[in-house]
Amino acid sequence: MSRAARIRAGLARRHRAERRFRAYGLAAVLLGLAFLLLLFGSILANGYQAFVQTHIQLPVHLDAAVLDPGGGRDPAALRRADYGALVKQALYREFPTVTGRQERRALARLVSGGAAYELRELVLEEPGRIGTAPELWLTADDDIDMLVKGNIDRALPERARRVDDRALAWVDALDARGRVALRFNTAFFTAGDSREPEQAGIRGALMGSLLTLLVTLLLSFPVGVAAAVYLEEFAPRNRFIDLIEININNLAAVPSIIFGLLGLAIFINWFGMPRSAPLVGGLVLTLMTLPTIIIASRAAIQSVPPSIKEAALGVGASRMQAMLHHVLPSALPGMLTGTIIGMAQALGESAPLLMIGMVAFIVEPPQGFLDPATALPVQIYLWSDSPERAFTERTSAAILVLLAFLIAMNAGAVLLRKKFATRF
Amino acid sequence: MDTTEAVAAPLPRAARAAAPRAAAPDLEQEIATVGEVTVARPRMQVRGVSVFYNGKQAVFDVSLDIGADEVVALIGPSGCGKTTLLRCLNRMNDTIDGCRVEGKILMDGKNVYARKVDPVLLRARVGMVFQKPNPFPKSIFDNVAYGPRIHGLASHRDELEEIVHTSLERAGLLDEVKDRLDQPGTGLSGGQQQRLCIARAIAVSPEVILMDEPCSALDPIATARIEELIHELRANFSIAIVTHSMQQAARVSQRTAYFHLGRLVEVGATSALFTNPQHRLTEEYITGRFG
Repeated sequence: MSRAARIRAGLARRHRAERRFRAYGLAAVLLGLAFLLLLFGSILANGYQAFVQTHIQLPVHLDAAVLDPGGGRDPAALRRADYGALVKQALYREFPTVTGRQERRALARLVSGGAAYELRELVLEEPGRIGTAPELWLTADDDIDMLVKGNIDRALPERARRVDDRALAWVDALDARGRVALRFNTAFFTAGDSREPEQAGIRGALMGSLLTLLVTLLLSFPVGVAAAVYLEEFAPRNRFIDLIEININNLAAVPSIIFGLLGLAIFINWFGMPRSAPLVGGLVLTLMTLPTIIIASRAAIQSVPPSIKEAALGVGASRMQAMLHHVLPSALPGMLTGTIIGMAQALGESAPLLMIGMVAFIVEPPQGFLDPATALPVQIYLWSDSPERAFTERTSAAILVLLAFLIAMNAGAVLLRKKFATRF
Repeated sequence: MDTTEAVAAPLPRAARAAAPRAAAPDLEQEIATVGEVTVARPRMQVRGVSVFYNGKQAVFDVSLDIGADEVVALIGPSGCGKTTLLRCLNRMNDTIDGCRVEGKILMDGKNVYARKVDPVLLRARVGMVFQKPNPFPKSIFDNVAYGPRIHGLASHRDELEEIVHTSLERAGLLDEVKDRLDQPGTGLSGGQQQRLCIARAIAVSPEVILMDEPCSALDPIATARIEELIHELRANFSIAIVTHSMQQAARVSQRTAYFHLGRLVEVGATSALFTNPQHRLTEEYITGRFG
């Protein structure tokens, strides 16, 4: 057999192997993509309805006798007035035949308890409206919302249904008069947490996450980069430095809940920092993110060709100048990528935050680093635990918001890498 | 199936391994330098320098003067320590872990390895051009202006521009790049990049320029340009150049030092060394018997 013939004999087999290998790779990619689509699809299908909310239109008579019996238009008095009564009266007028005390109570439950607050905001904003009777879209109760969105099966027997036949008839009557509509759910973005799904929003969790991440970024980026620069450029080669390097790599693999326990023991119990505070959350997430940033930054520094550093040293730059002027700018894209990946991890982290009390039920969005707060992933966890059907879709919606933030951050990482990338 | 290769392969390998052993005698033997290591007007004086990498000796007790207005070529086979010695002259070896230098390198009568000497100042006085062109990933202007900037050599923008223009002019690059000084230096051709690196080195007005095989990554035309440039620069700078090419050493240098396995074997006027080598090793190298 000649040499060429021998090679040719094997060629078909080699090409087949290559094609097979490519097919495996493609199949792996497609499988991953399919699961991703399934995940996104199910979350989207569950969550998109949370972005709209059932509203009921009612002509609310802003009765001066109820709101402002003194007539002074005193904001403090207006704040204390009984807006709930006005909402109820509007409903009673809509259904004059409903007279029984029990029945009227059931009727009043069509509208969310939050409607009274919406009314109050409206009046405080513009006290001149007192005495008029505007047509207002008021938030419906979460059960009514579920009914309108078709999540409650009308065919079920009344006892097994969240909405009884009476309420069903009222809603249908309102609907027939064109007084029921799905409108954009602003409360979801402007409100803090609530026990009532229709009043619950992610504002508090979002603010908590942002404040926490801000602390994390401000601490972990400079510390991480400085540590990486020292270890790469200035550290002597000895046992002690080796030990530090090994431990940094080990830290990256420590389960995040351990960092939470550490934060609880040190920052809260020892330093006496407040519980549930974004500051403590940020500190804990900094500990967790640091190894990621240090490792990524060191890799980025190592990837800069040493000839650049030599060139700088060769014209008389000090080691620090060579580092700051030439190596760091070239390593910056890698460092930023590592940092953003670390930040994205921190954004999605819930376990360590549970340990330091950021899992509490907190209604008011935090105003500063020491206010009690929760974070997005913790909010998702809290809502997923709630039995109300309306919280299920809010859980998915909160996941969508979290995903949107993650995607935005990763897109930012790609853009930064493109912007700062240097060619050698 | 593999029989043909199995039989064929060991033969050349054995032949390769045997060749240098046969051609390089006197490996362990002490070699005393032949020729005149000193010059009348030295700029730098290397005295009894030995260099160790992690305890392994790479340069053995070398003494050599770099004259004030001459080009000294360091030649020799790969791994003979010529680049190592060159990098001692501006203490670039400091950046290598486990590198230790013994002996003295005098500049103005002071040892550059003395404790008090700041390598930053030394490198401003002894510039360097590297084997592979390594412009900064910045504009052509910033490449040349970097040295003057960090040393604070220009008091205002006009002066800095003046320095950059003069340096580019002396490096023979100005005409080619004067319309695109804001373009990245990495976008130039290899030869232009190397001349940019030379401009960058001379922008801080060093007294000595070290060149580590500056043409090994360039084509013959770019090489010729650099060699011309070295001729012109000799008027203002002392130059020590490491080269693999004996023709290049003969073309650009006034003195040549031949290194062999970390020892300085022979040094002398270039014309004399190439036409009438005194040492047997030198003769064997320049006649091409090994290297």
